[in-house]
Amino acid sequence: MKRLLKNGRVVDPASATDATLDILIEDGRIAAIEESIEPGKSEVIELEGLTVCPGFIDMHVHFREPGQEWKESVATGAAAAASGGFTAVACMPNTVPVMDNRALVEFVQAQAREAGMSRVWPIGAVTKGQDGKELAEIGDMNAAGAVAFSDDGRPIRSSQMMRMALEYSKIFGVPIIDHCEDPDLVAGGVVHEGWVSSRLGFKGWPGVAEDVIVARNILLSDYTGGHVHIAHMSTAGSMRLVREAKARGSRVTCEVTPHHLVLDHEAVMEFDTYTKMNPPLRAAEDLDGLLEGLADGTVDAIATDHAPHHCDEKCVEFSRAPFGVVGLETAVSICLDRLVHRDIISLSRMVELFSTGPAGVLGMDKGKLAVGAEADITVLDLDREVTVDADDFESKSENSPFLKWKLRGGPVMTMVDGRIIHDRR
Amino acid sequence: MKLSSRHLLGIDGMTAEEIALILDTAEGFVQISEREIKKVPTLRGKTVVNFFVEPSTRTRSSFELAEKRLSADALNFSANTSSFSKGESLLDTAKNLEAMSPDFIIIRHSEPGSPHFLARHIDAAIVNAGDGAHEHPTQALLDAFTIRKHKGRLDGLRVAIVGDINHSRVVRSNVLLLTLMGADVVVSGPPTLLPREFDAMGCRMTWKVEEALEGADVVMALRVQHERMNAGYFPTTREYALQFGINSTRLKLAKDDAIVMHPGPMNRGVELSGDLADGNRSVILEQVANGVAVRMAVLYLLAGEPARETTA
Amino acid sequence: MSPPEKSIRVMDADYITRTLSRIAYEILEKNRTLDDLALVGIRSRGVPLARRLAEKLKEITGSEPPVGELDINLYRDDLSRIAYHPVLKTTEIPFEIDDKTVVLVDDVLFTGRTIRSALNAIMDLGRPSWVQLGVLVDRGHRELPVRADYIGKNVATSKTQDVIVRLTEIDDADEVVITDPPEVAS
Repeated sequence: MKRLLKNGRVVDPASATDATLDILIEDGRIAAIEESIEPGKSEVIELEGLTVCPGFIDMHVHFREPGQEWKESVATGAAAAASGGFTAVACMPNTVPVMDNRALVEFVQAQAREAGMSRVWPIGAVTKGQDGKELAEIGDMNAAGAVAFSDDGRPIRSSQMMRMALEYSKIFGVPIIDHCEDPDLVAGGVVHEGWVSSRLGFKGWPGVAEDVIVARNILLSDYTGGHVHIAHMSTAGSMRLVREAKARGSRVTCEVTPHHLVLDHEAVMEFDTYTKMNPPLRAAEDLDGLLEGLADGTVDAIATDHAPHHCDEKCVEFSRAPFGVVGLETAVSICLDRLVHRDIISLSRMVELFSTGPAGVLGMDKGKLAVGAEADITVLDLDREVTVDADDFESKSENSPFLKWKLRGGPVMTMVDGRIIHDRR
Repeated sequence: MKLSSRHLLGIDGMTAEEIALILDTAEGFVQISEREIKKVPTLRGKTVVNFFVEPSTRTRSSFELAEKRLSADALNFSANTSSFSKGESLLDTAKNLEAMSPDFIIIRHSEPGSPHFLARHIDAAIVNAGDGAHEHPTQALLDAFTIRKHKGRLDGLRVAIVGDINHSRVVRSNVLLLTLMGADVVVSGPPTLLPREFDAMGCRMTWKVEEALEGADVVMALRVQHERMNAGYFPTTREYALQFGINSTRLKLAKDDAIVMHPGPMNRGVELSGDLADGNRSVILEQVANGVAVRMAVLYLLAGEPARETTA
Repeated sequence: MSPPEKSIRVMDADYITRTLSRIAYEILEKNRTLDDLALVGIRSRGVPLARRLAEKLKEITGSEPPVGELDINLYRDDLSRIAYHPVLKTTEIPFEIDDKTVVLVDDVLFTGRTIRSALNAIMDLGRPSWVQLGVLVDRGHRELPVRADYIGKNVATSKTQDVIVRLTEIDDADEVVITDPPEVAS
């Protein structure tokens, strides 16, 4: 079976390509990328006016299975990913029970295969039960398909445990992803500590509680030579630390989320629990710092931290609501509208942050359009008018801070192994 | 003249005209509390639920008296006697209350924004009787009423508020109200209890209590809550009293005719010395009395139908 | 734009002055003495009328009865039906009303509901021995069994008409005007 993607604008940061090209797909792999390919017997998919990118990767999602399937399952999560333009996602291990062993890593992959949507790459727990006391079987999980390790949902509290994890993970060349939060400094904080928390009377979650752990992690990475990846970085201070560390040659990488790039803490003034997440929406100065890091190359990836919660769980007093927002089905539109169309970053840079960037962090040979590579492709319509509507979500949950937003640009077709898994052309 | 919202969720969002309307209206209700028959039939047939999810004695009593003096039917629903403590969600509890068709729900709750949450989901008019450390609008209104009675105005007054600023809803509503009405407000307390960027609300902020008291027309001491005393915000209550307690020596820094206020309940000898609390500059008991009149005014003004465009 | 209203003036300044003099004499006639008599004006326009009556009584007898001001808004039976709650003014009755003869004074007697409210309000303040009612205009259409002891002028009106009393203490003239409601454009 052959497919020919015709007349699309191909943007592939890996090969520094930005041109109108045809792409021939054969047996799920890219067979040719040329200016004009004769269709012959292949099925022609006309993509004039659309943008063809390497398949987008979201390296930070929560699919809640096993244990909390009322929020999301691997199947609905993977469908949400496909709908949002992502061909692959890496899912965090804070399931119930925690994904800290081979059996669960294999279970999640089996659920993903059955769903047949986007690829789902498990991230294993660093410590057993994510309780920060003993290392989990990182080697065995890695052999079973886990691409990275994290206790996300909570930080690795002990510096000694972080050191052990960074040392041990070197054997397998996998990153340790840390949710950076000093629990003593945060202690009950619900929104960013600043004028909004002070006015609303909320316990503040100070930015410095992230910065001190980012600094610790960088120092431990330098000392051990292990690869540390900073999840959902939210402060200008952390960005400065990572930029300086990278300049020194440290093995540190980082990601930011779309919501931290476009919303600040003022968004919580209406007590909308769909604006409550961890880390919290930060101050305007932090947004500036994050955007600067995005533009200057400090940031490696944009990741959604897709954190579904049932609306009943969110329909409570603000302080009692769980942290987290969904993001898979809004991320691409948000980034096109707020970052690319507003000239904060180029389209090519955005594609990089969604493809080669995260692939590089995870050490995977993905995120590029190359002859011979698996045909994982994301097609964008840069001018599509999008109104965010929970009814359109494939996700089981609707806890998005962007509901009703009108945005320009979005994904229109998602392809994995040459198979169309989502199409709204 | 009317209020633009059918709820009283906070001072935030109110205009100076609306504040003045409530204070003016309260004048009329002071009289009623002073006469033989302390009751008017204004809210006859209206049902008010006092939904107190956090313990409160004085605020609830004050609301209850205001409701009774307006002839409303008052129903008390508090956390310790309800299924609320058995894990029912706030929304489900509130829906149950709503099924009893109340006209008002007066809510006291430990979490900021809870009244706003109810207002989004419930038909009744919601009055915030204190939501965590966020707002306590009727307290600020009664404080303003008391100040106005003594000083004849709010505009241009120097007001010093001293104590645990961080955990106080009273201070937030007071700062919003008093600055809106043109007062110059300075808050003071240990730096560990001063919220970051609090001066963004329009007040000044200092941990030098003497600086705060200098030339003040009004001195308000805030309660130091027992649970904060051993939480490491300051070493001991003794040291707190030494550093931040309002006593007659410190009060000399304020104007000669400065009044002394406290929202209660008071720790005598900690945030305020006993001689000042009982002295002739203290208006603490007037605050309590005025609370009933102010709450009557709030209920009276909220009881009208939602605004229609054309009314003569 | 609303069409011009039709209006008829039924009392002018002189007429009002003469009428109040007459009522003052009627009060004296009915009560014989001003001892233990007090006037209570119903806000807003009953108050200046009560004050004018007190002055007339002083001119006639040399002694002036006390005057109080009554705000009846808290006693209205239509509070939940009206969009604006009237701004509450204070009730100022600086004398004991127990065992007094209280003459309630209002501008217009219409349905009787205001007077009902005023009676309730007065009763919550004390126990007068006798309550009388004086009004400048009685326009009919009673909904409650209320009648006035002193009436300035009986005016035949339809229910939809407005009777507007203007007094110089509050307005820019002394007059009573009847207006037809503006016709509703169809």
